[in-house]
Amino acid sequence: MAELLFWPALIAYGEAAVAYVGVLRRPELATRLAIWGVRIGWLAQTGLLGVEAWQADGFPWASWAGALNLFVWFAVGAYLIWGCSPRYRLLGLAVMPAAAALFAVAGVGGSAQTRGSDLFVALHVGLVVAGFAGFALAAALAGLYLWQERRLKRRPVGLLRLGPPSLLTLDGLVARVSAVSLGAFTAGIAVGLVRGHDLDLAVAGALAAWVVFGAALVLRRELGWRGKRAAYLTLAGFALVAFLGLPAGHLG
Amino acid sequence: MRVTLVGVSHHGAGVELRERVALRLDDARAVAKELAREAGEAVCLSTCNRTELYVAHDEDVDAEGSATRFLLEREPELANALYRLRDEAAALHLFRVAAGLDSLVTGEGEILGQVRAAFDAGATGALLDRLFRQALYAGRKARAQTGIGESPSSVPAAAAALAQQVFGDLEGRRILLLGAGKVSEQTARNLLSRGAEIAVVANRTVERAAELAERFGSAALPLDRVEEELERADVVVASTSSPEPVLRREHVERALRARRGHPLFLIDLAVPRDLDPAINELDGCYLYDIDDLEAVVAESLGSRRREAAAAEAIVAAEAEQFRTWQASLEVVPAIASLRARAEEIRRAELAKAESRLGELSDAERRAVESVTAQIVNKLLHLPTVRMKQAAAAADGVVYADAVRHLFGLEDER
Repeated sequence: MAELLFWPALIAYGEAAVAYVGVLRRPELATRLAIWGVRIGWLAQTGLLGVEAWQADGFPWASWAGALNLFVWFAVGAYLIWGCSPRYRLLGLAVMPAAAALFAVAGVGGSAQTRGSDLFVALHVGLVVAGFAGFALAAALAGLYLWQERRLKRRPVGLLRLGPPSLLTLDGLVARVSAVSLGAFTAGIAVGLVRGHDLDLAVAGALAAWVVFGAALVLRRELGWRGKRAAYLTLAGFALVAFLGLPAGHLG
Repeated sequence: MRVTLVGVSHHGAGVELRERVALRLDDARAVAKELAREAGEAVCLSTCNRTELYVAHDEDVDAEGSATRFLLEREPELANALYRLRDEAAALHLFRVAAGLDSLVTGEGEILGQVRAAFDAGATGALLDRLFRQALYAGRKARAQTGIGESPSSVPAAAAALAQQVFGDLEGRRILLLGAGKVSEQTARNLLSRGAEIAVVANRTVERAAELAERFGSAALPLDRVEEELERADVVVASTSSPEPVLRREHVERALRARRGHPLFLIDLAVPRDLDPAINELDGCYLYDIDDLEAVVAESLGSRRREAAAAEAIVAAEAEQFRTWQASLEVVPAIASLRARAEEIRRAELAKAESRLGELSDAERRAVESVTAQIVNKLLHLPTVRMKQAAAAADGVVYADAVRHLFGLEDER
């Protein structure tokens, strides 16, 4: 059953990723195709996760592949809420190819493995993965901000052609997505610490990322660190989470 | 019924000629009424780029002569600039006009509203009603399905579109105007129409600044006090005649500290430039001069021209639909006569059979009525369809005449 849902989800995500690449040539048609790919893929993946949860005795996404599957679901879900519209088609170009690739990797990694029926594990992994997915989306938004900012500075002739969201919109979204994700991430870390998780490299990385994202939000509020500075801090926080092995080391 | 168009536009007549035949809406209404009295239906479309008279009339009415006379009476020198189009060509022309394809700036949006106003003020019947409704539909469709009207077509519009790339919605954004000339006023008005607010007008002569500021309901300042306003402004529009830059990098740099990371968008329309180009290097500052804006306009006009090809296909398809509909009108009287004759025969035959039908119940009588009506309808269905098809293929009149001859309908013409 899970197999039957995996392939439609992967095909739909793949279709969306390819369609987003076509945005640069035929924006209207490509965007419509891409958005439908995202919607269908996410529904199929939701079904897949539902079947895995139904078939499992405990928390089904404790393995690295399961956590990656859950991460993609959160990330695409957040993208559906925040940005799955023609205005944000360039964000889709950053999100969907990565989502399709990670989902494929999760599929190769094997089927869901349960790890007891511990509520702490479910909460810890669920919240950390949700936070991480939000950070990934915030990083994609920050990347889009920096790209658009650079274009506005360089003043290319076709500046108005692609019509990405305005700088202020992107800046505000980076802050909001970061704040919501930081909340989920903080709760996930707190659950892990209550559970008595050892302080290893992955936890240190998670705490460092927490500090960076938290600092970005505080500096924004207190010292007006917006725009480029906020975008660079968001990317730095995401790099810490991604490259200190959090997804594989911490959740595996 | 035929459609005739007589008009003059920016293609063949300069503004000094066009302005002499331009009509206000009330005058256009009166002219349409006057022409319709002679011809049947009329609409007068008059904008700053064109004055066109659309008349629907019977074949034997010289509508073209009446419309031409009307225009030449107002301005005899127009004789060589007038164009005259009929039926399909007139429809295609109107559809192109409504889509903005015949405008001075391809794809401009104002014309669609002007066509609607002319239609509302016109003296229309079935033919012009259909023509103008379809023109409005074609205009909307061309804009919805192509990017013909999306990109800015003037320097003020380009400046506003770029400001939206930074701020998104311009509602409540504070504009600081440097210089009280016409160029900065036009740009300010464009920003104003998108919800921005002209906060301050600064000029070397404060009296001139106060004059313009009063019109916008804003404050006036001398140029040397501009720096304090920079802390609060979102957009700066500069077009003074100063030979030296009015704002230097260090002025803006000082103001940035108080802005707490809020972006500043600067438009320099002056030659020589009013704003130090080094301002663009500052974090959060986006400076565009007149060359940048003109390049954006040129690119966007190019993209409008590319989109125009797709829009042309849309209006051509609409014009073809109109042609088919108009052609079908040629055979409508013949079809109506044929059906009336058939119904007359059916009723007469039923009346003759009355003595034999006398004993039927009401239900049986209704069944006989229904069967005979169905026989007539089925017999006439195919000829009706074929006549309409023939009309679309330009043979309508021949077929209509043949039907009239074969069924003895000549007298009902």
